[in-house]
Amino acid sequence: MIGVLASVIDGVLVGSVYGLAAMGLTLIWGVMRVINLTHGAMIVLGMFIIYFLAKATGLSPYASMPIVVVVAFGVGVATYWIAVDRVIGRPILMSLLATFACNMILIGVGTALWTTSPYNVPVSLPGISWQGYTFTGTHMMAAACAGLIAGLLYLFLNHVRYGKAIRAVASNREAAELSGIPTRQVLAVTFGIGVALACAAGALIATLFPFTVLSGSSYQLKSFVVTVLGGLGNPAGALLGGIALGLIEGLATPFMPVSWTPIIEFALFVVVLLAFPRGIFALSRA
Amino acid sequence: MSASAEIGHQRALAAAAPRAFFPSLLILLGLAMAVVPYWSDDVQLREGFLLAAVYITLASNLNVMIGYAGYINFGNIVFFGLGGYVCVDLVTRLHWPLIAAALAGGLAVSLLALVFGFGILRLRGAFFALATIGVNEAVRQFVANFEPWGGATGIYLTFDAYDPLGGPMAALWLVYFLVVAVMVLSLLLSYAIKRSKFGLGLLAIGQNEDAAAVLGVRTPRLKALAYSVSAFLPAVAGGLFFFKSGIIEPNGAFDLTLSIEAIVMIMLGGSGTVAGPLIGAFLYEELRGLLLTSPTISQLQLVIAGLVLLVMVLFAPGGLVGFVNQHWPRMRKFLQ
Amino acid sequence: MSALLEVSALSKRFGGVQAVMDLSFTVEKGEILALIGPNGAGKSTVFDMINGVYPPDSGRIVFEQADITGLPPYEVAHRGIARAHQIVQPLSDLTVLDNCLVGACYGHDDLSLTAGRAVVREIAELVGLGDRLAMPAGQLTTAGKKRLELARALCGRPRLLLLDEVLAGLNPTEVDRMVEVILRIRAGGVSILMVEHVMRAIMQLSDRIVVLNLGRHLAEGSPQEIANHPAVIEAYLGDSKLMAAVGAERP
Repeated sequence: MIGVLASVIDGVLVGSVYGLAAMGLTLIWGVMRVINLTHGAMIVLGMFIIYFLAKATGLSPYASMPIVVVVAFGVGVATYWIAVDRVIGRPILMSLLATFACNMILIGVGTALWTTSPYNVPVSLPGISWQGYTFTGTHMMAAACAGLIAGLLYLFLNHVRYGKAIRAVASNREAAELSGIPTRQVLAVTFGIGVALACAAGALIATLFPFTVLSGSSYQLKSFVVTVLGGLGNPAGALLGGIALGLIEGLATPFMPVSWTPIIEFALFVVVLLAFPRGIFALSRA
Repeated sequence: MSASAEIGHQRALAAAAPRAFFPSLLILLGLAMAVVPYWSDDVQLREGFLLAAVYITLASNLNVMIGYAGYINFGNIVFFGLGGYVCVDLVTRLHWPLIAAALAGGLAVSLLALVFGFGILRLRGAFFALATIGVNEAVRQFVANFEPWGGATGIYLTFDAYDPLGGPMAALWLVYFLVVAVMVLSLLLSYAIKRSKFGLGLLAIGQNEDAAAVLGVRTPRLKALAYSVSAFLPAVAGGLFFFKSGIIEPNGAFDLTLSIEAIVMIMLGGSGTVAGPLIGAFLYEELRGLLLTSPTISQLQLVIAGLVLLVMVLFAPGGLVGFVNQHWPRMRKFLQ
Repeated sequence: MSALLEVSALSKRFGGVQAVMDLSFTVEKGEILALIGPNGAGKSTVFDMINGVYPPDSGRIVFEQADITGLPPYEVAHRGIARAHQIVQPLSDLTVLDNCLVGACYGHDDLSLTAGRAVVREIAELVGLGDRLAMPAGQLTTAGKKRLELARALCGRPRLLLLDEVLAGLNPTEVDRMVEVILRIRAGGVSILMVEHVMRAIMQLSDRIVVLNLGRHLAEGSPQEIANHPAVIEAYLGDSKLMAAVGAERP
C-alpha cells in the first residue's frame, strides 16, 4: 500500500514536469492555432543545453535554468520568424509541414553533432526517506521548478500587461490588432515562450533520466497526450493533465515492459481525443 | 501559387482536355521504364528504377490523402510494410504464387485500413497526422513481438521461393515489371480519382470539410474510403518489394524515415496533381542517390529532406508542377 | 395538412449563455417564413440545429414527418434541406462550377458528374453566375460569393432552403435582384426559411414572420401583424432604422 502511494507521489512529481512541457505546446496552439511539431526537438535542445552548461560551468543545473530559458526563448523567436510567420493563416497543413520540417532539420543536425548515444546530467541532491521509501531529491526539485515556472507564467499571463496582450491576441487577433497591439510581434514572443517552456521541461527531465537525441519524440507524444487530456489552449489544464499522466505512468509502468509505454500512451491519446474532444479538464465553453 | 490553387486550374483543364491524353503519357512512361533496362540488360539501372517506382507508388497513393482530402498521413509506410509481411508470409508458409500473395496483401491491408479509417479519421488535422505515426509504431512493435512472423528477426526467403518464377534471375526481372505496373496503376488511379465524383468530394473535404458536409458529402465514409484506397497499391508494392529483397524485418518494413520522405516527395513535386508525386519522387531519389555517395552528407539525410520540405512549404507550396504550370500554363496539359 | 418543417421546444445552451430557449414554430409547404430578431437572438443557432451542425440540448426537429433531430449535416442535406451561410464558405480554389457540382452531386439527388453539370448550368443562370463558372470561387466579389452560397445550396435540389442573411452587405440594386431570384426559387417549389435583417426585403418576401428575442419566441404572424405588434416594437425600440423601415411598410 505504501508502495503504491510512493509510486503515486513520484508520478505526480514527474508528471508536473510533463505538464510544464505541455504548457508550451498548448500555449502556442491557443494563441496562433499552430501545432508546434518542433516541440520534441526543443525538449531535446533543453536537455543538451543544460548538459553542456553543467559540464562547462560546473554549476548546479538548477542555477543554469535561467540561461536555458533565455537561450530557448531566442531560439523560439528565431524559429517563428524563419518558419512559422509565413504560414500563419494558411491552411493548417502548411504549418504542420513547416514545423515538422524544422523538427527534421533540428534532429538531423543534433544526430550529426551528438550521435544517438545516451547522455546524462549528474545531479546529487539529498532525498527524503519515509517509511522505507526514498523520494529522490531530483524529482522533488524538478517538480518544484516546474511549479515555479508555471506559477510565473500564470502571473505573467494574468497580471502583466504584455501577458494580457498575448491573451487578447489569442482571443481575437483582429480586435487586438485594432486596439494597437503589435500582433505579429506578440506571436513571435509567444512562440518563444512556448519553446522556452519546452526547453525548461527538457532541462529538468535531463536531471531525472538519461537521454539521447532521439528522446524528443517520446516526450513529444507525452506532451500531446497531456494536451488532449487538459484541453487545447488551456495551460492550467495542461499542468493538471501532466500530473494525471504522471500518475498513470507511476501506477502502470511497474506492470508493463517499457517498450509498450509509448503504445499505451498513443492509445490513450486517440481514445481521449475521440471521447473528449475538448479535453477532460477543459472548462465547458462553446 | 498554392497547392490547392493548382488543383482548381487542373479541374478546369480536366473538363476540357481529351480524356485519354494524359493517361496515355503515363502508360508510355511505364513502358519506357520497363523496357529500357531490359533491352540494355542494365541491372544497376533496373535497381535504380525499381526504387523510383516504389517511391512513386508510395507518393502517388499518399497524395490521395494529402493532396486531395487534405489529411497528412505521416505513418503511410505501415501499408507498405504490412502488405510486405502478408505477402511474404503467404509465399513462405503457404507457398502461394507471388501475384496472388501480393494481391492478398493489398486486399487485407486496405480492408483493415477501411475499418480502422472510420475511427482514426474522426481526428482532425495534426491529431490525425500524429495518430498515424502512432499506428505505424504500434504495428511495428506488434510485429516485432509476433512470433509467427519471425518476431524481431523477421522472415527470410530461401532461394527455392524463386523457383516457381524461373529462378532468381528471372524472378528479379518479373518483380521489376510488376512493380512498374503497380506504379503505372497508382498514377492512373490517382488520375481517375481526381476526375471522378469521389475525387470531387475529397477535394471539397480538403477545401473545407464542414462546408462539404453541409453540401451533403458523407465525410466519414469518403475519408475512410480514401484511406483504404490509398493503402491498396502500396501494400501490393510492399509484397513485391520484400519478396524481391529476400528478407523482411520490422525496422525495414515500417521505416518512418521513408514514410516522411514520401511526404517530402509530394511537396517537392506538387501535391494534388498526378505528375507532382511522380516528378517529386524521381527527383528526390536522384538527390538522395547523389548525397549518399558522400559519407558525411549521408548523415544529414534527414536534414536535407527537412530543408527541402521547409523551402517548398514556405516558398513554393504548389511544388515544381505548380511553379511550372503557373509560369508556362501550356505545360498544364502534360503536368496534370 | 401537416407542416413541411416542425420545430418543437428547441433549446441550446453554450457555456453560460442560453442561446435558444423552448422555441417552436413550423414552416408550411410552399411558404417563405422569415426569422427575425435583434442581434444575438439566436437565429443562426436555430439554423445550426436544423441543419445538423450540432444537436439541440432538448426539443425535436421534424421534416416531412420524419424526425431529423441530431442527424449529421450530410444526412440532413440528403433529406432535402440545404443552407446558404451568413459567413460565406466558398471552396476557394475550386471553380464556381465545381463548387456547385459538389452540391448537385452530393445533395438531395445523387447525381453523376454529367447530370450534375446540367443542373449546375441551369441554376447558375437563374442566380446570375452563368458567366463565371470557370472562375476560382475565391476570386468572386462578395456579392458573387453570396450568390455562390445560394447556387450551391440550390444545386442540391432541396425542398427546404435555409437562407442565412443572404442579403447582408448588398447594395439596394443587388438586394432587389436577389429578392427576384428568391421569389423565382419559391415559384419552383422550394419552401424557404430565411433569417434576415433587411426589413424591406422581409416585408416583400415573407408570407409569415417569427420574431425571436434572447432565444425565445416573441411573436408570430403576417408581416402586417408583426409590424404593428407591440412586443416586437418594444424589442426593437433601440433600433430606429429598423422601426423606420417597419413603419414604411405599414399598409
